Amino acid sequence: MDITLQSLVFLFMAAVMVVFSILTVTTRRILRAATYLLIVLFCTAGIYFQLNYAFLGSVQLLIYAGGITVLYVFSILLTSVQGSKGDRLGRGKFFAGLCATLAGLALCLFITLKNRFLAVGSLPGELDVKEIGYSLLSSDKYGYVLPFEAISLLLLACIVGGIMIARKR
Amino acid sequence: MEYTLIIILLPLAMFLLLGLAGGRLAPRTAGLLGTAAMAAATAAAYTAAWEYFTQPRTGGVFPAVVPFDTVWLRFTQTLHIDLGILLDPISVMMLVVITTVSLMVHIYSFGYMKGERGFQRYYAFLALFSASMLGLVVAPNIFQMYIFWELVGVSSYLLIGFYYTKPAAVAASKKAFIVTRFADLGFLLGILTLSYWTGSFGFDVLCDPQAPAVASAAGRTFLGGSVLAWGLALCFVGGAGKSAMFPLHIWLPDAMEGPTPVSALIHAATMVVAGVFLVARLFPLYAAYAPGVLTGIACVGAFTALYAAAVATVQTDIKRVLAFSTISQIGFMMAGLGVSGMGGHAGTGYVGAMFHLFTHAMFKALLFLCAGAIIHTVHSNEMGAMGGLWRRLPLTHAAFLVACLAIAGIPFFSGFFSKDEILAACFAYSPAMGWFMSGVAALTAFYMFRLYYNIFWGRPAANLAEMHEAPAAMTVPLVILASITCVAGFIPFGEFVSSDGLPYRIVLDGGVAATSVVLALAGIGLATWFYADGRQRIPDGLAAALPRLHRAAANRFYIDNAWLFVTRRIIFDRVSAPLAWFDRHAIDGALDALARGAQGLSFVIRKFQSGNVQEYALVFLLGVLVITALAVFI
Amino acid sequence: MEIRMEYYLVLSTIMMFAGIYGFFTRRNLLAMLISVELILNSADINFAVFNRFLFPGELEGFFFAMFAIGISAAETAVAIAIIINVYRNIRNIQVRNLKELKF
Repeated sequence: MDITLQSLVFLFMAAVMVVFSILTVTTRRILRAATYLLIVLFCTAGIYFQLNYAFLGSVQLLIYAGGITVLYVFSILLTSVQGSKGDRLGRGKFFAGLCATLAGLALCLFITLKNRFLAVGSLPGELDVKEIGYSLLSSDKYGYVLPFEAISLLLLACIVGGIMIARKR
Repeated sequence: MEYTLIIILLPLAMFLLLGLAGGRLAPRTAGLLGTAAMAAATAAAYTAAWEYFTQPRTGGVFPAVVPFDTVWLRFTQTLHIDLGILLDPISVMMLVVITTVSLMVHIYSFGYMKGERGFQRYYAFLALFSASMLGLVVAPNIFQMYIFWELVGVSSYLLIGFYYTKPAAVAASKKAFIVTRFADLGFLLGILTLSYWTGSFGFDVLCDPQAPAVASAAGRTFLGGSVLAWGLALCFVGGAGKSAMFPLHIWLPDAMEGPTPVSALIHAATMVVAGVFLVARLFPLYAAYAPGVLTGIACVGAFTALYAAAVATVQTDIKRVLAFSTISQIGFMMAGLGVSGMGGHAGTGYVGAMFHLFTHAMFKALLFLCAGAIIHTVHSNEMGAMGGLWRRLPLTHAAFLVACLAIAGIPFFSGFFSKDEILAACFAYSPAMGWFMSGVAALTAFYMFRLYYNIFWGRPAANLAEMHEAPAAMTVPLVILASITCVAGFIPFGEFVSSDGLPYRIVLDGGVAATSVVLALAGIGLATWFYADGRQRIPDGLAAALPRLHRAAANRFYIDNAWLFVTRRIIFDRVSAPLAWFDRHAIDGALDALARGAQGLSFVIRKFQSGNVQEYALVFLLGVLVITALAVFI
Repeated sequence: MEIRMEYYLVLSTIMMFAGIYGFFTRRNLLAMLISVELILNSADINFAVFNRFLFPGELEGFFFAMFAIGISAAETAVAIAIIINVYRNIRNIQVRNLKELKF
């Protein structure tokens, strides 16, 4: 059994992601939850790098880790009430959520592991950014200019909506 | 003779006008309008009677005229409900009676009801009653008769309950309506039976014993009698209810809670004889196919006559005495019809009954109007508050005396002639019946003169000095009716009305007449001996000697209590109460349980709608899991 | 040791159910939003993994993941705007207190 560096890195990142995902949802301090989320997002970016999707990984770092998390931290600071750690959850609701989650997890894992994927044996190399750029802005059969434009409009609408909602009356 | 239509339409229009717009009219205007319309209708009725009875006879009889007829509801080719007018001797006679009495009451009410609340409403109801009663008697088919039959019931109900703030009046109106309505169920069943088997509602078929449809119906039997006889018997039940025959008479004495002119019009002269009129209308069928039913009618009539006369001797409320007297006299008419046969001399009873209907309407209306004039000044119905009134009310006294002599059967007053016909028919039927009815006639004379002496003679009333004669509006009708009562007996009634339509010469049977006169005089003499001096020693002694009989008679022989027992103890407690319990607990309970179940379920379901997104998401996830698991494992 | 595709999928599944658990149990709106980010992130991983292992020559999964990242950014921005507005109105962002629309 040869343990390559790659598999070591993957195992490490996987362990970190599992542990911090769970910590994110179990910690009682909201700011810590945001921090743990940041770590999970970093590791996700690492996963993308490992999959030779360097561009996706950098997007993840830029938008998620750099943008969204900062937004979270700001809003947490804006809305946190002194001494408030959130109220305790009822025992019944806690167990209901836990059981539903574990059942779902078991079901999904069962399905995933039972399924035989027709995986291609060898992984190709790094994805060329130039190719991504051409695909993104091409209107050919495998071009993505329409979703690109759609999402740009969506972002615009979100900016306007966010301002409209949050502004002081 | 199409103008006969206005005899009915005028009062009807007046009812609508006074009923809808009466509140805006001055009471005087409303009364004048109603009276004027009634006067016009009376004039039209008299003209119609003159024209009808002066037309040439065809085959010895006055032909029936149908000046107006329209098909209203058509069930089959022969079975249809029409609205129309049928003129034949008895309907024309009834037109005259009703319009005359109604006009008198309209005029009289001017004085009697003066200043009452609801004066316009009163006249509207009077007009409604007149229209319905006139529509009843001219009905060319039995169904129209039934419609107007119910309409007179309604107007009677409205007028009895005229003083609707008085609990006794309300109870009396309900009693009258329910009892007559109960009897009308029999009438309706009779109509359905007759019309189903003969296939016709029209009197042109139903009064013709030779009609093939009637003959075929007579051939069918049910429980030992022909269906025709059953139908006729059921019709008589309806007539007995309206005409207050024993044991359905209980509503009439209570109906005296209404205004006195109303009692005169409805509960003495017109509506209560509707049952007699019904039997007379269907008489050809009764005579031809249901002699057994006729015998029953005779027995019921005779017994009612005796019973009511006996009760009348001990009543102290003058209107109730008159009410029982009415019941008794209608019993006479029913008995006359019951003992009658068809045609010629055998039809004496029929002629007598119709004649008595005519004369009785006049003198009984007169009696009630006199009673109204007395009550108007005494302010009480009780004999105890009266006495010695003849000095203060001479005109009323004279009119009352005339009416009493008429009802007692003293010669040359109208009642003598008509009652004599009935008695003669009864003697012809069987001597026992004749002597029985003669005895009742003597009793009639006795209780009427007991009433007369107690009111006008005897011990003077306490406040006699304040009493006074009624105003002219009230005395004029008294005078008119008293004149009619004096002369009506000389009308050759048999020329106009007889069982087969052929002219029938009324001949006084000397023996019968002598007997009845002697008996009547004996009754009067007894009353004079008992009551004229006002000390009432003998009657009080008799009451003390026969306490049980006296108490029973005063309580109307407990017939009301018997009905109450039947309705309260048996129908209400044994039938209605369990049914009501079943309805309330089983049926309502089942529905309530459904409602409660739905409500409880809603409360349970409502909990799911908590407004908490997390719970929704949890349920959503569970649903997804279940569906996924189903998709995977099945 | 070869890193098999199932490893990635198990990883993302665990992450996703961690997010779901957080969505059910947290009482703070922002914490719930963070849980939603976990779920989205796990879906992104799945897209990338499926593309990489099953259809290496094509780019659908890649672009889907990329657009999903953009959309989640937009969603976060709007959601945070709403949350801040809520906070301004009731000085609180606990789910318990948002009951104006409850029965």
